[in-house]
Amino acid sequence: MSQQPASAQQIPRVEVYERDFDVGVELRALRTRPDGEPDTRVGAVASFVGTVRDLNQGDAVAMLTLEHYPGMTEKSIEEIIDQACERWPLYGVKVIHRVGLLKPADQIVFVGVTSAHREAALQACAFVMDYLKTLAPFWKKEALPGQQSRWVDARESDQQAANRWQKA
Amino acid sequence: MPTINLRLFALLREQTGVDRESLHTSAQSISALRAELVQRGGAWASLQESARIKAAINQTLVGEDHAIGDGDEVAFFPPVTGG
Repeated sequence: MSQQPASAQQIPRVEVYERDFDVGVELRALRTRPDGEPDTRVGAVASFVGTVRDLNQGDAVAMLTLEHYPGMTEKSIEEIIDQACERWPLYGVKVIHRVGLLKPADQIVFVGVTSAHREAALQACAFVMDYLKTLAPFWKKEALPGQQSRWVDARESDQQAANRWQKA
Repeated sequence: MPTINLRLFALLREQTGVDRESLHTSAQSISALRAELVQRGGAWASLQESARIKAAINQTLVGEDHAIGDGDEVAFFPPVTGG
């Protein structure tokens, strides 16, 4: 079990907004105690950033729209973080997910995790992403120039990735 | 008869033309509500695909037998694609 539950961390654990985020700023915040001093309990900082790929090879740029269910998105990610904190000894967790209009190479999602040792941080980071991909209410719509926009399909591989975390 | 706040998202929202609706319903479970809404015809028919179209009550995913109460927010949505 975690020595200080991540639910007691001072920085908000989940943020959903349209503007861009700065990974360096977020990681620095995760490594800092509430009093502003470095958190010296932390030996491992793991993170993930998801970005928009351009699925349309060629000159025309596709735009991505991220729709979400305000309220439930935050709630579902909080529950995923709670599960991660039950499974691994973590000091801090932060998830940011952008919504609205995005374009290729834009950052979409950030997951940051701190712990004493690397296994917990790395595993928890992957766990949070795998569960977010299958449970958090966001929907991507891709708009190709000159074509009808289409809703991106969910992938079976994402469900399989989430399934691998199921306990025996 | 209880009143619920129906919420639809993504393709479901587009195809039915409804994002929010306050409705009186005698349906007491998610499965009963699906059956009632399917009767509207057209794009509403996809609500019977309970394996694919998920349901949430008051922002928590629920199963088909979950009870629906007065004032509940009930959302239906297609497979999520965040991250």
